[in-house]
Amino acid sequence: MKRVGVFVCHCGINIASTVDVSRVVEDLHDYPGIAYIQDYKYMCSDPGQNLLKEAIKSEKLDAVVIAACSPTLHENTFRLAVQTVGMNPYNCEIANIREQCSWVHKDRTVATEKAKRIIRAVVEKALLDESLEPIKVPVVRKAVVLGGGIAGIQAALNIANSDYEVILVEKQSSIGGRMAQLSETFPTLDCSQCILTPKMVDVAQHPKIRLLTYAELADVSGFVGNFKVKIRQKARYVDWDKCTGCGLCIEKCPQKVASEFDQGLGKRKAIFTPFAQAVPNKPVIDCDNCTYFKTGKCRVCEKLCPFEAINFVETDTYIEEEVGAIVVATGYDVYPVLNMGEYGSGKIPDVVDGLTFERLLSSSGPTGGEVRRPSDGKIPKEIVFIKCVGSRDPEHHFPYCSKICCMYTTKHAMLYKHRVPDGQPYIFYMDVRAGGKGYEEFYQRAQDEDKVLFLRGKVSKLYQDDDKVVVCGIDTLSGSNVEIRADLVVLAMAIRPSKGIEELAKLLKISIDQNGFLTEAHPKLRPVESLSAGIYLAGCAQAPKDIPDTVAQATATAAMVANLFAKEYLLHDPIITGVDEELCSGCGLCVAVCPYDARKTNREKGLVEVNEVLCEACGACAAACPSGAAQQRNFTDEQLNRMVRAILTT
Amino acid sequence: MSKNKTISAHRISSDRIDQLHEISGVNVYACYQCGNCSAACPAVEFMDPTPHQVIRKIQLGFIDELTTSETPWICAACITCTVKCPRGVDIAKVMEGLRQIVLRSDFEHGHLCDIDEKMRKKLPQIALIGNFRKTIL
Repeated sequence: MKRVGVFVCHCGINIASTVDVSRVVEDLHDYPGIAYIQDYKYMCSDPGQNLLKEAIKSEKLDAVVIAACSPTLHENTFRLAVQTVGMNPYNCEIANIREQCSWVHKDRTVATEKAKRIIRAVVEKALLDESLEPIKVPVVRKAVVLGGGIAGIQAALNIANSDYEVILVEKQSSIGGRMAQLSETFPTLDCSQCILTPKMVDVAQHPKIRLLTYAELADVSGFVGNFKVKIRQKARYVDWDKCTGCGLCIEKCPQKVASEFDQGLGKRKAIFTPFAQAVPNKPVIDCDNCTYFKTGKCRVCEKLCPFEAINFVETDTYIEEEVGAIVVATGYDVYPVLNMGEYGSGKIPDVVDGLTFERLLSSSGPTGGEVRRPSDGKIPKEIVFIKCVGSRDPEHHFPYCSKICCMYTTKHAMLYKHRVPDGQPYIFYMDVRAGGKGYEEFYQRAQDEDKVLFLRGKVSKLYQDDDKVVVCGIDTLSGSNVEIRADLVVLAMAIRPSKGIEELAKLLKISIDQNGFLTEAHPKLRPVESLSAGIYLAGCAQAPKDIPDTVAQATATAAMVANLFAKEYLLHDPIITGVDEELCSGCGLCVAVCPYDARKTNREKGLVEVNEVLCEACGACAAACPSGAAQQRNFTDEQLNRMVRAILTT
Repeated sequence: MSKNKTISAHRISSDRIDQLHEISGVNVYACYQCGNCSAACPAVEFMDPTPHQVIRKIQLGFIDELTTSETPWICAACITCTVKCPRGVDIAKVMEGLRQIVLRSDFEHGHLCDIDEKMRKKLPQIALIGNFRKTIL
């Protein structure tokens, strides 16, 4: 029989005041299976650990039971200690007599009896514990980044700069995302494209980055360090290997459609790049709007292309890759004005959302940066901005703060004032949240230098009257209802996780919160990890955030990926549930209950097989198995039975 | 302030508002309505509107409501408000500006000589000094 040593900790008075420790030692002294027993004031202290190590050597112990606090606190401490004197760490067990005994009882006699039973049960377990070695899993040192906005760009560049390969997947034909649509950025007012496009070019030119645009994730399987991803490359109808991006096809294409990049304000062709600085700067054919696809006639682009790059019969293709880590950076969408009945449901042309106003301010936008209203192209002289539209409204829309609106609306009003010095901007707000480096100063500047008039309150309704939009609101600071006849109204709409996030989350087996954003592993201490190992989160897919926060989070995901890739092997806890091939009938009950997809039926062998790396040792399969073939290591049926018996015996 | 006001650029930058800015030299748009001026003002209980409300009305362009109000005249020009303001708005100067606007259109408003000698002797010195500040151009 194994020689088991028991060490009972007083934990100062935490245990000793309720549990009679010397009585426990005395009563258990002759318990069969206990070769050695001792108590000590603080087992976790250096002298306590030394005492443990000495006893293992002098008493030739095969296993030890530390009766002390919860294993979440010091199991690792003691396992490391026993390892230094050559004991396998899985022969070190914790009997929790603090959280589960001394802290929850007052009666000393009862608590002492309970402590003894807990210790006896764990001794029974320790007698049958096997020595185990961690399972080594090789790591594929290549990452995939989903989403080519500023978050994805930053993550990809940082991972690639750590010398690991990256695949960057973007659903549009160009990377750049929402940031490429912005005019100038708060609080410094530097041009968004000017700071973004160099990074886009870096991505395209980086030898470690494989850029897949007009593509999306189709399937994923595997686990941390060993994912298999399947990426759908949508048909572009243009052979990018041949295309030089000369733009002749775009110029001559007869079909014009509203430009998504310009929020519908400008036009693009049916063969197009979303914007002039696109990366890659090569066009795709929008088959829903292409004249040839709709009527069977045209093919102007094909006739004109000097490089014979047009290919109308191209189909979607699939690319399969093995990767070790996944970064999800799929960004956000703007909640449509359509949902706001009181603000005209999107039917009043001079009521636009914030992103549309960005295009009106942008020097590369449809008006060349002149603020001209959509209805008649006039320069608005009085402009109303409304904040918290759809945000902070749990009754009708969303409960959360969209975070970026306070600052971008202040920026909008400021940039408007710079473009139209004799114009008057008004901002309706509920609170001003200007927490961020230089943000409060920026907000104050808008007030005292640019004379932006902040009105504290909501706008209850607005309507068209002649060529004006009448805005009915309140200024709760002065206690008066106010009415403004505005030329243009800009709504700071709530931001939502981008379309398709639910499907993506399902595919990746990561969770989303009640508002649809991806859930981080811990709101404070693990803010960039998902709950699935090897999948990291960056940018607005996780929560609304501005560019500095997004860049910081994306950089953090890259650090996490580099951290993962720095090791040749990942070590997986060897406590898993295996299969006894002699007993298994291949019934598959365990396969159905496994929440981690760790078990698969092998029909040829008539057996169930286990992927040890995916197994998280929850024990569901062991409970479901009718034959006892599924046994969890060091938690076998026999061990558990003997533990229960030890607890129930007086 | 009564309900339902129409706010417009025309009202916000009217001639009288410009005149007030010129006389006082104060940028009232820096005010973020924290209310510290009204909280600190020793005469606030006699005022309607109170100092921060005065500034708000100017921001919104309702200066006419101020030139007919008692508040600028109740103000003792003790400048507690100015000292307290976190945004550097010199509220006392704004009050003075309002008084000047009224005085420049009506010289007879509250002249020192109108106070009889008996009353004058009873008045505390600060009130007299305040009165000089208010009435002498």
